[in-house]
Amino acid sequence: MAEIRRHDNRLGLWGWLGGGRWGVERYAYILHRLTGLGILLYFLIHIVVTSLRAAGIYLWVEGEFLHQPIFRFGEFLVFAAFAYHAFNGVRLVLVELGIAVGRPIEPVYPYRTSLNVQRPLLIIMMILAAAFLVAGGYDFLGLGK
Amino acid sequence: MPDSSTVVRQIRFHITRYNPELDRVPYVKTYAIPVREGMTVLEGLHYIKDNMDSSLAWRYSCRMGVCGSCGMLLNGHPTLACNTQILHIADRELTVGPLPNFNIIRDLVPDLTPMFDKHRSVKPFVIRADETEVNEPAGEFYQSPEELEAYLQFTYCIKCGCCMAACPTLATDVRYLGPMPLAAAQRYNVDSRDDGRRARNQVTGAAQGAFRCHYAGECSRACPKGVDPAKAIQHLKRRLVLDYLRLARRKKPCQKLHGPGEGKPLPNIPAAPGKTVPGDSFPNLPERSP
Repeated sequence: MAEIRRHDNRLGLWGWLGGGRWGVERYAYILHRLTGLGILLYFLIHIVVTSLRAAGIYLWVEGEFLHQPIFRFGEFLVFAAFAYHAFNGVRLVLVELGIAVGRPIEPVYPYRTSLNVQRPLLIIMMILAAAFLVAGGYDFLGLGK
Repeated sequence: MPDSSTVVRQIRFHITRYNPELDRVPYVKTYAIPVREGMTVLEGLHYIKDNMDSSLAWRYSCRMGVCGSCGMLLNGHPTLACNTQILHIADRELTVGPLPNFNIIRDLVPDLTPMFDKHRSVKPFVIRADETEVNEPAGEFYQSPEELEAYLQFTYCIKCGCCMAACPTLATDVRYLGPMPLAAAQRYNVDSRDDGRRARNQVTGAAQGAFRCHYAGECSRACPKGVDPAKAIQHLKRRLVLDYLRLARRKKPCQKLHGPGEGKPLPNIPAAPGKTVPGDSFPNLPERSP
């Protein structure tokens, strides 16, 4: 008997980034991945820029290329990514150790899931990340000067 | 067929169609059907098949949210067609597609074979050293209500695949075990009758196991039975960490309530009825008295 042809219906990256109306934890998941990749990209660029020192190029000193305001803002974005990634990461560590998801319960409709149980933790962590961001922005964007 | 006197309105069903013998890629075909109050998506599909297009294919069986056959993507959400009323999710338009993250066999029929292969790989059954007692039980195992509650929620899984379709990690990593098999592993790991956790850890703790889950939570949101696979996976991870650090308490699986031949049935429980099917398939059962 001939093999029946099947169509590959895997969502791929669209499964991360879209494809439906999702809950807040799904967006937290996407943002966590994007900020992680962003921080990694910054790290790679950071290595390249600082290694230029070997060729006698100092892009980060006063008056040089990296002292333009756009890079200052870019640095703030890296800081924002770090703030989010760090605080959401703490939430994930607590959740993944089974601490903030609750005990198994008998499912009675309307179902109450572990998402409801850990939601206060998510809110607290986002408030802390926002506070951290404001404090950092005060310094990074020169608002305190 | 809906009674025309109770029809509320016409709803346009945008259904993904795919015939592997004719189509290179899936396409969407639209059908406008009369919908009455309380009509489910499954009934809508039947209306289309009976009256408009007999070539439409989908999978279903029980029609009451028990068998898990009719999982599909309704307005972007993976859920059961039999459990979903059309007017609860659609105003004028309704998109119906096959569950994503699975290959399409035809129209709305996904190929669930990879999910069942993964499910099998986590050994979803009670594992004990005294195998004879599992296969030919001579008594009941003792299990307290608290021990039952530890895994009861995860036993409600009907293997519909909605959680697998909702999982964003599975969308990019086909080797990831996914929510259903991992929840099944946790269901047996915490069963006090079971002693197979360490054997399952080889699979669930591997690179494509529980730690690929990053708690997007979509599986728990999609589950039509309230199983909460995300919770099961997080508890599974906790246990994997404790096992890895050798901090988990070694607990013996529960023992039989009565030894062989010592079981004493309660006096007010009537005897089991005799067999109704003639033959020697169940030689130990007594013949039913007339």
